[in-house]
Amino acid sequence: MIFETIIGLEVHLQLNTNTKIFCGCANLFGKESNTLVCPVCLGLPGTLPVLNQKALSSAIKIALALNCQVNPYIKFDRKNYYYPDLPKGYQISQYDLPVASHGWVEIPDKQAGAPSDHRVKRINIKRAHLEEDAGKSIHDQTLNASLVDYNRTGTPLMEIVSDPDLRCAQEAYDYLTTLKLILQYLNVSDCDMEKGSLRCDANISIRPLGEQKFGVKAEVKNMNSFKAVKMALEFEENRQRQLLLSNQRVVQETRLWNEEKGMTFPMRSKEEAHDYRYFPEPDLVPFMVRESMIEEIRASLPELPHAKLERFLKEYQISEYDAQILIQDPTLSGFFEECVKRTSMIKKVCNWLIGPVLQELNLRKVNIQQIGLQTQELVNLIDKVEQGVLSNLVAKDVFKLMLDTGKTVDTIVAEQGLTQVSDDSVLEKIVEEIINDNEKVIAEIKQGKTSAMGFLVGQAMKKTQGKANPKKIGDLIKRRFENG
Amino acid sequence: MNQTNQQKGKTVFSDQDVNYLGRLARIYLSQEEIVSLTKNLGGILQYIEKLEKLNVSGIQPTSHVLPLQNVYREDQVLPSLSQEDVMKMAVSPHHGFFKVPQVIE
Amino acid sequence: MNLNESTAHELLGLIKEKKTTPEAVHISVKKAIELHDPKVKAYVRVDHDKARPTSRANGKFPIPIAIKDNICIKGREVTCCSRILEGFKPPYNATVIEKILEAEGILIGQANMDEFAFGSSTENSVFGPTRNPWNTKCVPGGSSGGSAAAVAAHEAIWALGSDTGGSIRQPASFCGIVGLKPTYGRVSRYGLIAFASSLDQIGPLTKDVTDNALLLNIIAGHDHRDSTSVNVPVPDYTKSLTKDLKGLKIGIPKEYFIEGLDPEVKFAITAAIELLKKSGVTFKEISLPHTEYAVATYYILATAEASSNLARFDGVQFGQRFQPAAPRKTPIVDMYEETRDRGFGKEAKRRILLGTYSLSSGYYEAYYLRAQKVRTLIKNDFDLAFSELDAILTPTSPTTAFKIGEKSDNPLAMYLSDIYTISANLAGIPAISIPCGFSKDGLPIGLQILAKPFAEEMIFRIAYSYEQSTDWYKRKAPLN
Repeated sequence: MIFETIIGLEVHLQLNTNTKIFCGCANLFGKESNTLVCPVCLGLPGTLPVLNQKALSSAIKIALALNCQVNPYIKFDRKNYYYPDLPKGYQISQYDLPVASHGWVEIPDKQAGAPSDHRVKRINIKRAHLEEDAGKSIHDQTLNASLVDYNRTGTPLMEIVSDPDLRCAQEAYDYLTTLKLILQYLNVSDCDMEKGSLRCDANISIRPLGEQKFGVKAEVKNMNSFKAVKMALEFEENRQRQLLLSNQRVVQETRLWNEEKGMTFPMRSKEEAHDYRYFPEPDLVPFMVRESMIEEIRASLPELPHAKLERFLKEYQISEYDAQILIQDPTLSGFFEECVKRTSMIKKVCNWLIGPVLQELNLRKVNIQQIGLQTQELVNLIDKVEQGVLSNLVAKDVFKLMLDTGKTVDTIVAEQGLTQVSDDSVLEKIVEEIINDNEKVIAEIKQGKTSAMGFLVGQAMKKTQGKANPKKIGDLIKRRFENG
Repeated sequence: MNQTNQQKGKTVFSDQDVNYLGRLARIYLSQEEIVSLTKNLGGILQYIEKLEKLNVSGIQPTSHVLPLQNVYREDQVLPSLSQEDVMKMAVSPHHGFFKVPQVIE
Repeated sequence: MNLNESTAHELLGLIKEKKTTPEAVHISVKKAIELHDPKVKAYVRVDHDKARPTSRANGKFPIPIAIKDNICIKGREVTCCSRILEGFKPPYNATVIEKILEAEGILIGQANMDEFAFGSSTENSVFGPTRNPWNTKCVPGGSSGGSAAAVAAHEAIWALGSDTGGSIRQPASFCGIVGLKPTYGRVSRYGLIAFASSLDQIGPLTKDVTDNALLLNIIAGHDHRDSTSVNVPVPDYTKSLTKDLKGLKIGIPKEYFIEGLDPEVKFAITAAIELLKKSGVTFKEISLPHTEYAVATYYILATAEASSNLARFDGVQFGQRFQPAAPRKTPIVDMYEETRDRGFGKEAKRRILLGTYSLSSGYYEAYYLRAQKVRTLIKNDFDLAFSELDAILTPTSPTTAFKIGEKSDNPLAMYLSDIYTISANLAGIPAISIPCGFSKDGLPIGLQILAKPFAEEMIFRIAYSYEQSTDWYKRKAPLN
């Protein structure tokens, strides 16, 4: 039997506002336990929430970027449940009047044909709403207790709920990468799954192909990377298929992904029947989102990844492969555009960025802004190579030194005496030495094995610690043989 | 909760309902308490039923009695409490954390 | 006359004329507490050390004040008279406390109340009931019964209470003093431990109308920490007191003068109306047709909000934590259930469960949402009435103070004693209770005046004029 997989994703995104959603505590990660808390986010009796304006404007920004309708009238509701990391016994969230609904994103449609077809599939977004994050519990086996830290409590969260439009684990993966890229462009979150600033739960069910009714779904949680989401969904798809094929039923339940075992397991705790008793939050007043506010935020939206890709292809005539890499990181593509304002060597800049620069960024786990590289310096470095002042090899070392020391290209070149040697008289002398040192090779070349010429050039480079202009060395050696 | 319990104009309120509410509200209820609460709450709910006489179609619900809207704060950091002050309040402090009986997931 | 028996405005005059000092006033109140509180039990905590007066600059109010035990004072235990909060010391001040301290008010102690303000008699307190200074066999009303009794027994010059369905006005009426529930949003709720967030307001309980206006001057105003607080300028409420009443139109809602109204109360109200007519007020019988639905609406909405507001009392962070002797479910659920079982009193449990019911799946539309719609109808009744009236006049309570224990086994009868006060909370409008007579048994009777939102000046103006043409407010409780 052929089955069809139905997946819907819920993404929780921590917004990178300065302060929490309903109080003035700093919104920071990784601080000592219970040091970023105040009476309001601790839910102490008598305290009251007041909405952070930035959280709402970030939410609207996200809504617009995801092609959502921004609701003109929104309100907050209380979602009531008990959990130690939820200090008030309810979460302030949004129920029937969320910030946004009816949006979509486009992912590559890999099922429709070759990737080069550029076909896209639209994944609908059901709703996106604002809420407060909960604290964190650590389950301590030795203490036989749980320990609660409320620093995270009250971090603004945007929950983005997709329709069940995804048909395989790969689509879920593509949806997440597409979504994450858009969110990074908006600069509303650091989107770091490891830190938990982006979290994802999935609903997955399968049904015989052609069936209209949805199958029984499982909710899958505890996935800590996009790869884990993909693996968990693949596992779950297979598990459900096996059940159905052996005439067993899929049970509606919450399952946790176990990364080590590569399997999902049902949650151990018997969850009480959910009855969240939503009702309008009486401590917050409703919000009218005026058209003028929406337009103001719309005007402030940056160029989004898809539009940027199109423009790069048209404006810079670079390959789609290169453009795709550049737009994956908005700081990198921004850097690229700054560089090409200063030089006409677009292709060279592009090669440098997606080559050595990206390599160093990945190695150092930072982005181009954090690494402190000036566009002028990179352009200068490329110019030096073009002018023959530095060899490509040396230029890469210089680049690393620039990052390590923060010094300029010129300073490093001067300090290290790295200028490429192009002076004929100096090079002649080196060639002379090499020829004298390598009689055997010379003999081979004379017998017609011209490929050994490269070996001689390499020897010359070695001798000069890479400073010799390799092209000139090659020419000089060639001339020697022609002459004699 | 048993949906059939609610028939038009007559609320049948049972022990099981009270038991369910106790579970939802995380209050342990002894058998005697359940019996007396069933009686008390049943009586109150019967009184409350008078609202069913009113035609409320087309009436907007009131959540806020005043027409206030769009009350915000600026995204400006204010001082937090010190961990010491926070732990002073804690019913079971443990090295800067609130300790609670084990939560099983 | 003893200093403690004076009003705040009299004492401020004496202090200004150097005829007495804040210290002397404080000592006199302290003595009254020592003398009478063992019998009245108005206070749950008295703190004279922290209450020392600091200065006597002009424009300050170094007057001893009683604070209901649901308003947070930094570093002082606050319990809402519940076992579950025992030992909790908030690390912050309520906005009203900041304002009182700025005015150099003297926080002498915290007053008894029904647990979490759930009640109309101050019998539902973990500390035991407060007694009515006019007859100690009777309740002082509630839930701000401790605040009202403290003022009536001259154990405080004035007091703060909170009013969700009549919790300031009904005890003021039962204790023969003046109590105001301000317009919703007039006084910040920040630091008031919530009962029902959309209905709660803090307000003054005082010996006369002038003091009430003075205390409202101190506590009213916009607060950026309370999203529901309103940014409307605060007038000097004492300025309007002496304006005459000529040409004012006051409505008498016929729905308030029905079966269940004590004839003695009715008589006193009728006499008050006659007296006010002499000041040039025109009276008109009106109808507030949805009055009979107010109690039902209120008990759905207030308990629903309360069930959620009280979810934070779960033993995780602060207050008390209990674990059952033998495990029943999981360790954490056992902790929650045992803490909330032993931490909450009977009435608190009743209301939490009732509120949980009306919000639960399948019942929300029939109960909570329907009640919110009826709230709209009740509010519309008042809007319509005030389109041609300056105020509405009613009894505060259908009866005078009842006996301790009389209604404690019948929650519905207790709920119905709030029948005249609840509508003002549902509509968000200001309302005052002032003394307007006594029963044959010597128990005070209260008159309620309601006006449109932010029309506290109108209320004070009518109340003051009435008060000055009577001497009810001058009578002293016998304390027996």
